[in-house]
Amino acid sequence: MTTSYPTTTVWAVVLAIGVLTFAIRFSFLALFGSGSAGGRSGAGETVSPRIRAVLRYVPPAVLAALVFPAIVTIEPTVIETLSNDRLLAGAIAAAVAWRTESVIATITVGMGALWALQFLL
Amino acid sequence: MNVPTELRTGVRDVLPLFLGIVPFAVVFGVAAVDAGLSAAQAVGLSVFVFAGASQLATLDLLARDAAVPVVVLTAVVINLRMLMYSASLAPYFRSLAGRSKAVLAYFLTDQAYALSVAHYGPLGEAEPSGVSDRRWYYLGVAVSLWVVWQLGTVAGLVLGTGVPDGWGLDFTVPLVFLALLVPAMKDVPTTVAGVCGGVVAVVAAGLPLNLGLLVGATVGIVAGLLAERGPR
Repeated sequence: MTTSYPTTTVWAVVLAIGVLTFAIRFSFLALFGSGSAGGRSGAGETVSPRIRAVLRYVPPAVLAALVFPAIVTIEPTVIETLSNDRLLAGAIAAAVAWRTESVIATITVGMGALWALQFLL
Repeated sequence: MNVPTELRTGVRDVLPLFLGIVPFAVVFGVAAVDAGLSAAQAVGLSVFVFAGASQLATLDLLARDAAVPVVVLTAVVINLRMLMYSASLAPYFRSLAGRSKAVLAYFLTDQAYALSVAHYGPLGEAEPSGVSDRRWYYLGVAVSLWVVWQLGTVAGLVLGTGVPDGWGLDFTVPLVFLALLVPAMKDVPTTVAGVCGGVVAVVAAGLPLNLGLLVGATVGIVAGLLAERGPR
């Protein structure tokens, strides 16, 4: 799939995300001045516990919301849904990711499995 | 002050991580070609944003013509975790000038944060090693990552234009996310967050403006918080 947004819109998106991401990165570094109080040693103690609790679940929730729809497509029957190339290859890759926690191993095995399944099925 | 030593230590410590970063960057370059971005726009994302997961999600949503606010909001949510890194690193760099801190902030990534905090150890009262040394270790790690990320992006752009669609290289994108997702589900509440977020995103995939991703992510976060408070 390719985007149908004009070049200027894509650039606006790039710049907006860039500026906002920098603001997030700079936030607490900028706030902590050399004269300011708060010499406690705790890492990240300046973020309230409630926000920290929410931030803890952002990575698994967002990553899963990106991964699942890319490998699971709901078909009319359960058999058709489960026998999808990408779902099977994704399941094999998930096992590799779990055992190795390696990006390169996950990509290699996942792509290999996809090509093998496309060739066989 | 021991600039060269700390800088060199940082570079040495980050070398093994390139094994994970290089394929990630190359996948981003390939996916950018697939999504119809120009080479300049792809490099623009890598330079201005410099945060892999949000860059890939941005491509994915742009390719599906998701509403612009949804694209920006999704990327920002993915990068919110850096609030914690910023807060956690702030005390170590307190005495630096604002401009120096802005430079450090620009280069902030998961890897730069994790390696640096591990290297510095807990903040002591006396602070034996100076802030300058800390800065050079951080820059050794973070700037190396930046250079490798940019080179990997360009390599992916070159590769992406030469690979036929039939190879299904777009599948590498969910595979990268999968490789990041599995270690992120490290206990019961984070696993609940992941499973709920993923299932809801599949069900909500047909929503307009491509809101399915944000709906899934939101439900996942709430489910994680509920699981944390629920009976063990």
